[in-house]
Amino acid sequence: MSAVPVNQPALSTPESGVWITLVRDTKLAIRSKGELAQALAFFIIVVSLFPLAIGPEAAILKRIAAGVVWVCALLAVMLTLPRLFQSDYLDGTLEQLALSPYPLPLLCAGKMLAHWLSTGVPLALVAPVLGLQFGLEASELLVMVAGLLLGTPVLTMLGAIGAALVLGVRGGSILMALLVLPLYTPVLIFGAGAVEASIAGIDAMANLSLLAAMLLFGLVTTPFAAATAVKISLD
Amino acid sequence: MTAVLEGRELCLARGSKQLFSGLSFGLAGGHALVLRGANGVGKTSLLRVLAGLTEADAGEVWVGAKRTQALSSSARSAILYFGHANALKDEFTAAENLADQLALDANPASAEQQADALTVVGLMERRHVITRRLSQGQKRRIGLARLHLSRGALHKPVWLLDEPTNALDSDGSALFVHIVEAHLAEGGVAVIATHLPMALTGKVDELHMRGLV
Amino acid sequence: MSLFKYSAPSSFYPLAGKLVPWFGVLAFLLAVGGLYLGLFVAPEDYQQGEVYRIIFIHVPSAWMGMFIYLVMAMYAVLALVYQTRLSAMMMEALAPTGMMFTALALWTGALWGKPTWGTYWAFDARMTSTLILLFLYVGYLALMNAIEDKKRADKAGALLVLVGSINVPIIYFSVKWWNTLHQGASVSLTQGNKMAATMLAGMLVMALACWMYSLAVSLCRVRAIILEREPHAAWVKHIREVQA
Repeated sequence: MSAVPVNQPALSTPESGVWITLVRDTKLAIRSKGELAQALAFFIIVVSLFPLAIGPEAAILKRIAAGVVWVCALLAVMLTLPRLFQSDYLDGTLEQLALSPYPLPLLCAGKMLAHWLSTGVPLALVAPVLGLQFGLEASELLVMVAGLLLGTPVLTMLGAIGAALVLGVRGGSILMALLVLPLYTPVLIFGAGAVEASIAGIDAMANLSLLAAMLLFGLVTTPFAAATAVKISLD
Repeated sequence: MTAVLEGRELCLARGSKQLFSGLSFGLAGGHALVLRGANGVGKTSLLRVLAGLTEADAGEVWVGAKRTQALSSSARSAILYFGHANALKDEFTAAENLADQLALDANPASAEQQADALTVVGLMERRHVITRRLSQGQKRRIGLARLHLSRGALHKPVWLLDEPTNALDSDGSALFVHIVEAHLAEGGVAVIATHLPMALTGKVDELHMRGLV
Repeated sequence: MSLFKYSAPSSFYPLAGKLVPWFGVLAFLLAVGGLYLGLFVAPEDYQQGEVYRIIFIHVPSAWMGMFIYLVMAMYAVLALVYQTRLSAMMMEALAPTGMMFTALALWTGALWGKPTWGTYWAFDARMTSTLILLFLYVGYLALMNAIEDKKRADKAGALLVLVGSINVPIIYFSVKWWNTLHQGASVSLTQGNKMAATMLAGMLVMALACWMYSLAVSLCRVRAIILEREPHAAWVKHIREVQA
């Protein structure tokens, strides 16, 4: 006599694993607009503080513009990372994600995508306004936006691994910064480098291509790493 | 008779405390196991080991007469874990939360079936209320609706339920018992951790966990 | 005899105990020999004078700092794929030594930089990537320290080091790229001139000494970690040190 059949539900579209969490987290982000606005406001305020600390001299401001915008974008993304898994961890949803018939890496990928749409994209869209304050030209602003659009998803993806590792750990957010910030250095270098190259009149494509390469590499590797981290943290 | 869910020689320690050791049991279709014991004795840990969320120090979990790796795809499609936490989003309505949970379970229940289930658990009138505004018992009832739509051997044969009747009133508890009995009657199995009395009838075993030192 | 025999803490513990004194003595002898070669035999550098002799500490430290992270990454793979407890314990035992060597490399680099180039610190490609390596060690140790459940800490640490080690080449490349873009700080730590044979010999002997030291110290530490993790295991109760 055979065992009771263990039914494998038809997962006809595996990408629907991505879709489920993408839709869900995006809906959540829209319902809690406040948090979305907070990260953006943080970004704008911190960037605007630099001229106050350094002085209004146009040449200096233009010189530091790329670095300031990128470091602030990095910090703004980092501050939003707990949103990725924290509430799901606390309310038990994360266990359901891990136990879902859909592959956990795909569910994580959907969450990352939703996180990027609600942080990286708005940051990239406001950045030109801030760049104007620092005296950047239109072509330089374009490179900055392109760099942020390519680089912020990498920040989200690497950050997701850190965010998952520190779930439920005391001192979580500072610890996460310690784990994640060193890994962010290449993105910072290539992102800010792209803007500086275009300021110097050099082609920024090299920097942007390197960011794109990191994005592609991250896309195929980080969902698995994040899923592993989630499983580790649930144990 | 073949067991749908089996634990073989399971051992787990947390810190210096040995929660269980050499624990074995088997549940054939239609059987339930009720875990009893004081707080901190390892009921939740045992459920998590069976679900594959926690790695046992030793031992095996068999689902559908096959040894399953923790969180393997066959385990994930057979097991329904109903945890201590409700896994609900405060920002979503009751209906949205139910739909999301079923989507994650890859449960094909249609919109009408979901509406029926909400009627069964008595949330039909409040289905468009934001979950934050629902009482603890009503939140638990969203979970009951999910169970109602997952019963039987075909969809999710193995139910692992952690204090399912917490916060439920007597009507709610009776409803829970009714849903579990229907699940068992259709060939499913259930492991239920609870410290509350439970009027479950049928092929029900109790496991009193005492905890080792 | 299978190699895997020693992947069980119970059989590794006594083996490590037997090896520690040997590595310790070797480390001491090699360090004495290496320092003698470096401080007394090797000729004075015609450009830098006596100051350059700090390389006998600096270069081996920098090598060890990087090498230990690679070894940890290797153990991380073993810990995650084969779930061997001992690999994770070895990682935890190696990390403080790796961090110490990385910090030592930075510190001696600064001490060397001041008299030679007139500055303690320059954002040069090597120094910057060594600094980031130090941050990676700090992150790992902070994570291990923050997670109370040791089983979880082991796996989390292994994953972090694995992700970090995949990033290390990217970080190194990006920092070099960044450095060539900003030609401001042009401190070169490479010896442009030909190195005397005795200098090289001294450096290699010192590197071996650091290697032996790392083995001795991390084996010692892993023994402590094993006892800490499995205080109630039956085999532990039969150890002489524990009984006493």
